[in-house]
Amino acid sequence: MAIVVERKRLNFFERLYLPQIVSGLIITLKNLFRPKVTLSYPDQRPTLPDGYRGGPTLVKDSQGRQKCVSCQLCEFVCPSKAIRVTPGSIDPDGEYFYIEKAPKEFQINMLRCIFCGMCEEVCPEKAIVLQDEFTFAAQSREEMIFDKQRLYEAGGTLPDKIMKWKRVKDNADLERDSH
Amino acid sequence: MDRVKINVNGADFEVDAGQNVLSACRSIGVEIPFFCYHERLKVAGSCRMCLVSVGTPARDRKTGEVVKNEDGSVKIAWLPKPSIACGTNVSEGMHVVTDSDAIRQCRGSILEFLLLNHPLDCPICDKAGECKLQEYANAYGNGVSRYCESKNVKPKRREVAGKIILDSERCILCSRCVRFCEEVIGRPIFGFTKRGSKTEISVYPGGDNDSNYLLNAVDICPVGALTEKAFRFQMRAWFLRTARSISPESSAGVNTTVWTREGRIYRVTPRDNEFVNDSWMSDSGRYFHIGRGARLSGARLDSSACDLPYAIDRCVEILRLSNFAIVASAFQTVEEMFLLKALAKAAGAPVYMVSHLGEDDGFLVSADKTPNLRGAFVTGLISEYPPDNLSALAEKIDSGEIKTVLCFDEDLKSLGLGSAHFKKANVIFCSSVENSSAVGAKVCVPLEGEMEKGGIWINRQFRMQRFEAVVERPKWAASAVEFLSQLLCRIGGADFETPDVGLLRSVIAERVPQLKGCADIPDCGTLIDASAFAGVKFPEKAAFKFDPASVGANGG
Repeated sequence: MAIVVERKRLNFFERLYLPQIVSGLIITLKNLFRPKVTLSYPDQRPTLPDGYRGGPTLVKDSQGRQKCVSCQLCEFVCPSKAIRVTPGSIDPDGEYFYIEKAPKEFQINMLRCIFCGMCEEVCPEKAIVLQDEFTFAAQSREEMIFDKQRLYEAGGTLPDKIMKWKRVKDNADLERDSH
Repeated sequence: MDRVKINVNGADFEVDAGQNVLSACRSIGVEIPFFCYHERLKVAGSCRMCLVSVGTPARDRKTGEVVKNEDGSVKIAWLPKPSIACGTNVSEGMHVVTDSDAIRQCRGSILEFLLLNHPLDCPICDKAGECKLQEYANAYGNGVSRYCESKNVKPKRREVAGKIILDSERCILCSRCVRFCEEVIGRPIFGFTKRGSKTEISVYPGGDNDSNYLLNAVDICPVGALTEKAFRFQMRAWFLRTARSISPESSAGVNTTVWTREGRIYRVTPRDNEFVNDSWMSDSGRYFHIGRGARLSGARLDSSACDLPYAIDRCVEILRLSNFAIVASAFQTVEEMFLLKALAKAAGAPVYMVSHLGEDDGFLVSADKTPNLRGAFVTGLISEYPPDNLSALAEKIDSGEIKTVLCFDEDLKSLGLGSAHFKKANVIFCSSVENSSAVGAKVCVPLEGEMEKGGIWINRQFRMQRFEAVVERPKWAASAVEFLSQLLCRIGGADFETPDVGLLRSVIAERVPQLKGCADIPDCGTLIDASAFAGVKFPEKAAFKFDPASVGANGG
C-alpha cells in the first residue's frame, strides 16, 4: 500500500525565494573556508586502515622463498570459487626440497573474488594476504584472472620468523647420520 | 551363528560370538577409534588406540558359580587396566565401557605420544582429509602439545619400488603395511628397523621390493607415511567425488572406487567386497583406464567426420541392405549384450567374439583380460568359448556370405581380417577407442567408455555386479544402450520397449532366467545359476575366492 506523505505548505517568507538563495549561499561560503574532507582521487590515494581487505596476493618470506605450498585450503574455503590451484612438486635436488610441494599454477579470478579474506584466514603458511590494492581494471575477462607470477609480484615479501625449511635443511644430514 | 549378550556403556546388546570387541561395537553403532587394526589382517595390537574397559561376570573360585551383588544383579569383575578392543573377543555377559573419563584420557595420551614426533606437515601431506591421525586428533586429542624438545628427524621422500613415497616421520608404526605384505602378498617387503623412538619403516635396500599388489599398502596406511607416487600432489582428497565401479582389467571383477574431480579421474582404489576381492586390487588395474589408447572422438563416414545422428542413419541403411555379422566385445555390459542378442535374433545375424587371454596371477588378475565374457554366455550371444581370432568370419566374408560387419571395440585387423576384407564387406565400427578397425571402416560410431557408462558385468565366479558411471559421457559420444535400442527398433524385431536402462533391466530379468535379480543387485553382487555352462572350458585358474571346480555347482 502506498504511503501518502503530506507536504508542508510553504509560508510567505519561504515563498519569497530570494532569502532562501542567500541562506544557501551562506552555507556554501562557510564550507569554502573550512578544511577539505574529500580527496582528489585518483591523484591522491586514501590512507587505508589496518586490516583493510584489498586484492589477495601471494607473498615470499625474507629469503625470497615462495611461501605457498599448494595445500588448496584457500580453493576449498573460497565462497565465490575464485581460486584455482594446480598443485605441483618441488625438485628434490633444489634448495627448498624439504618443502616438497609448491603450486604449479595458482589463479585467482578477480571478477569472482569478493575480498572476504577467508583465504588469508585459512592459509596455514600465511602465504596468501589481502593487501591494499583495490582498483582492478582490464580490457578483457581473461586479464582479470591473475596467475601465480602476477600474484607473487603484487604480494612482495612478508618477513617470517619461522624458517622451518632452512633449519631442517641445515640439520638433516647431521641428524640422519647420528642414528 | 552363535550370539552372545554383551553390555556396552550400560546398554544390553546381542552380537555374533567369536568376534572381537571392536567389530562387535561397530556392529551396534558404537565407535571405537583404532589405527593398526584391519579386518582383513591379523591383529597386531600395536597402536593402543582402541583401549576400552572390559569386565566379565565374576565367578566364585571354588564353585565356579556366578557371584551376585547384594541387589541380585551379576557382579562384574573389571580388569584393572584397560584392554585393547581389537585383541579382546566378546564373551557371554561381558561388560564394555568405551566412553568413561579414564578411556578418554587413555585416547588423549596415546594421541599425545603419537604426535610427539609427528612432523605436522598436513598442508603438504596427501593423506590430509582422509587421515585417521588427523581425524582422531580432532575428535579425541588434547589440542595442545606439551613437548618442547627437538623432534626426531627421519628420512622423508623415499621411493619404494618406484611407485610409493615413504615418509618415515609421518609413520605411527602401526605395522599394517608389514602385515599386508606378509599375509596377502606372501613375502615381507616392509619391516621395522632401529629401536625406541627412532624406529622406522624400511624396505630391504636394493632388493626386489615390487609387487603388483604393493599399492594396497598405501590404501591401508592410516596416515600419510605411504603415499602413491602417481597420485602424489595431484589433488586433495576433499575435492574428489567417488563412484562405485568395477575394474575392467580382467574377469576377476574387482570392486573399485573411482575418485574424480570435474570429469577427470585422479585415482582408483579397491572397494571392499568380501566375496570377490576383500580390500585389495592389483596395481595394474588402478591405471587400466589410462592405457586404453586414443578416443574415437567423433562419428565418421568413409573416414570423414559427420554428425552422430547421420552416422546412425547410415548404419541402419547399411544393415538393412544385406546379411550382416556381429562382432561383440566382452567389454560390453549385460544390457548391451541382451540388446545385441535381440538384434542378432531379429536379423538372423551370426555373432562372433574373440577371447583375450593373458597371464593368470592366481590372485586378482585372471587369465581372461575382459570383464564380461560370462555375460555373453548368459545372454546367449555365444555358447562356446570363443577362439582368439576371427578367421571364421574372414572365410565367410571371402565366400561373400557376409556383406556387412557390425563390430564393437575389437581390433579387426589384428584378429585375422585384412584390407581385402574391409573392401569386400562394409565395416561399421562402434567403440570408445580408436584402433585399426576404425581406419578402413565405412561408418565409425563413437560410444561411451567403460568409465562413462553404468551397467552389469558378470565376473569369473558368475557373480553379476553392478557399476555406475564415473564421469559424464562427452556430448559427441553415443550411449551404447541407446544406440543399440535405436538399431533394434529401426531394423525391426523389438518386441519390447527400451526407453531407459531401468526398464530394460526389468525386461532382462523377465526373459533371462539366470538374470532374474538383475534389476536390484546388492552391493556385493549376486551369484547366478551357472549350471548351464558347466561344460564350457574356462581358462581361469583357481585364485583368490575363486574355485573353477565349484562354478556351475553353486546353483545361484
